Amino acid sequence: MTLMKSLLAATAVLALTAGAAQAKQLVYCSEASPAHFDPGPLTGGNDFDASSHTIYDRLVQFEPGGTATIPGLAESWDISEDGKEITFHLRPGVKFHTTSYFTPTRDLNADDVIFSFERQWKEDNAWYAYLEGMTWDYFQGMDMARYIQEIRKDDDLTVTFVLTEPNAPMIANLAMDFAAIVSKEYADQLEASGDLASFSTQPVGTGPFMLVDYQLDTVIRYQAFPDYWDGKQPIDDLVFAITTDPSVRAQRLLAGECDIMSYPAPADIAQLQADQNLTVMEQEGLNIGYMSYNVTEAPFDNVNVRKALSMAIDKAAIIEAVYQGAGEDAKNLIPPTMWSYNDAVAADVYDPEKAKELLAEAGVTNLTTDLWAMPVSRPYNPNAQRVAELIQADWAAVGVTANIVTYEWTEYRERGKAEDRKGPFQIGWTGDNGDPDNFFATLFSCSAIGVSNYSSWCNEEFEDLIQKAKTTSDQEERAELYRQAQEIFKAEEPAMTLAHSRVFMPMKKTVLNYKMSPLGNHSFKGVDIEE
Amino acid sequence: MLNFILRRLALIVPTVIGITLCAFFFVRVLPGDPILAMAGQHGVTPERYEILREQFGYNLPLWQQYFNYLGNVLQGNFGVSLATKRPVITEFMTLFPATIELALVAMIFAVVVGIPAGIFAAVKRGSWFDQLTMGVALTGYSMPIFWWGLLLIIFFSGYLGWTPVSGRIALTFFLRPITGFMLIDTLLYGNWPAFVSALRHLILPAVVLGTIPLAVIARQTRSAMLEVLGEDYVRTARAKGLSARRVVNVHALRNALIPVITTIGLQVGLLLGGAILTETIFSWPGIGKWMIDSISKRDYVVVQSGLLLIALIVMAVNLAVDVLYAVINPRIRVK
Repeated sequence: MTLMKSLLAATAVLALTAGAAQAKQLVYCSEASPAHFDPGPLTGGNDFDASSHTIYDRLVQFEPGGTATIPGLAESWDISEDGKEITFHLRPGVKFHTTSYFTPTRDLNADDVIFSFERQWKEDNAWYAYLEGMTWDYFQGMDMARYIQEIRKDDDLTVTFVLTEPNAPMIANLAMDFAAIVSKEYADQLEASGDLASFSTQPVGTGPFMLVDYQLDTVIRYQAFPDYWDGKQPIDDLVFAITTDPSVRAQRLLAGECDIMSYPAPADIAQLQADQNLTVMEQEGLNIGYMSYNVTEAPFDNVNVRKALSMAIDKAAIIEAVYQGAGEDAKNLIPPTMWSYNDAVAADVYDPEKAKELLAEAGVTNLTTDLWAMPVSRPYNPNAQRVAELIQADWAAVGVTANIVTYEWTEYRERGKAEDRKGPFQIGWTGDNGDPDNFFATLFSCSAIGVSNYSSWCNEEFEDLIQKAKTTSDQEERAELYRQAQEIFKAEEPAMTLAHSRVFMPMKKTVLNYKMSPLGNHSFKGVDIEE
Repeated sequence: MLNFILRRLALIVPTVIGITLCAFFFVRVLPGDPILAMAGQHGVTPERYEILREQFGYNLPLWQQYFNYLGNVLQGNFGVSLATKRPVITEFMTLFPATIELALVAMIFAVVVGIPAGIFAAVKRGSWFDQLTMGVALTGYSMPIFWWGLLLIIFFSGYLGWTPVSGRIALTFFLRPITGFMLIDTLLYGNWPAFVSALRHLILPAVVLGTIPLAVIARQTRSAMLEVLGEDYVRTARAKGLSARRVVNVHALRNALIPVITTIGLQVGLLLGGAILTETIFSWPGIGKWMIDSISKRDYVVVQSGLLLIALIVMAVNLAVDVLYAVINPRIRVK
């Protein structure tokens, strides 16, 4: 019976594919399987590519190829004078996907918006723990519960977010993947049938593509949503060919098995660039690789020792050797593409002689320290072990002995947070939403000590500036505050800012209108393919 | 015969318990915390961490966790993946046909090429063919799979363009799995071009995965044949005036195959291990790649249940080989 059913379904699928023989198909060689298709609780970039950017939309969204926020499911929004209320005006006539498992009876409305957030926020919501052991990492990580007091329905197409205090980054937060708007009507249908888990495997969104089929670890197939509010997509079918090894992805692109691929291995880039059928786009990543000094431990509590140690490092040589040309010297914590970047901050100099003098002045002789190296490769630091070896050699030249230590990745981060951690600690960050607050406050605010402030650095002046910037709505005013914060950061050197990496995106020349996102996600909205 | 099978089954029970113990404790001595691994770069609050620890039972003493695990396994509950929240057994059953299909084709390749090569090398002992075959077999046996796979991809798929780079079937074919075996499914759909595509996709991974068993089988066949060819009954057969072909194919081969079958059985376990690398290189959606991904995600539940399921299958195959062996060689049943 099951076989019979499968055969019938198969015949239907064949009929579908036969009818769609002329369909325009774009094949993307992606790097990993998504955990599932509900972006709310997910954290991985590949998870979001497969769900948030294809199937769903958000109230506001990042402009293609940038970090500025533009209207999404909300046509416009107003911020009250006291900055504590943001009112979103929803786009009328937005349709949810019609699939084999759900047929919507109404358009998007305020209930969907409220449900999308309350399920992540209110513990008594039936959907708060609808999958075993789930967590809403981003909703919690971005501290949303602290800032949102209430989400109010003013009418069917008007929703107001009432905040506990003015919060300028909130709009950017709402453009993030976790803030995808889901269908309350579909959730109610599943709840009535008692099958909550299907919400994560059979998604229903308003996005440009509908999920057609997912074969675990193999392929994800999407079809353009004909009733998409922003117009049907130029391509008809979108296929994610899951290919974990970067060199194999490159071979598949070269052999024409896919049209576009993510994250090439640095070693393959030259070959891909040399192929006349391919284009390799590149962009500065919204990231930073750095090395945190623990400012509560001697001798790193002395700013001159920190400066001396940074000065003794030949950053240019590290960037050349480890980033293989795909990195850029970082003088600030935020990358140059981000608004409020302070270009007036002086670049770091490599001066081992001066470093020796500073160490001698500080009375530091024969210093022996741990030097922490991450066990994993990250876009912001492809090989922390190698970086550590190069730093070790540079420091040896100024009389500092470094012992390289490393642990398994989660263990590494846990140990790194300890307030009595010995020795400088390599780490980094990839921006979530393009707001400077996401770098400054997340990584170096006083409240982040023991969480993600690996320097245990709490500077009153810096803290005042970033907290004020958070509650100010005028962007130019905020930018000025962040520029001042960058000067303090450089003067205090709580961390040695190493590099911002570049990200590459190889594709066939026939792929049109693809825009690389500085946030590192892969969106195929608006992308076409030349036949 | 039934007695023999029952005795073998009884031996399996302590082995299974041993494996559950190993799978459970090895996974726990891996550094890294599964709950922290689940959280992204923002981490998880200490309160939420505690709630989750409790929810997953990681706050209980280890022995208690082990017995809970064993109890669940005995009821057929292999747990739910920490990452995807899907039942482990569902994921396993979805991916397992791909591994079996690959392993079977690799094994057929190894046997079809290995046994004749071994026989021929034994018959022509000392000839250039013998030396070449054994040289190639030794090289094949020592080949690092990852390197060998990439080399074949670059040459046959990249340079010559003869074979696809990776995957199980060309993406232009959209066939929902029926049995999960791509060759069978494409035939059930009656889609001949899809069948050809699936077969083409199998060539390189099967060659890569089959290389080591091929080398082992060829060497084993050769030495078994050499031994048998020196036996009295072979000399008698020759003296009777039988043709050389008949002596080799009927009299020598049947006896020489007994150790070869054992070798083939043992290779099945190795094939499942080798599949881990082969599947990773060729993006082959099987259990090998699934296990590797789960280890890197610290998905305890998948790793320990996956290990157990794979071990159960290897044991089942070994049991089948033992039974087959007993059928061929009745003396075994009594020993």
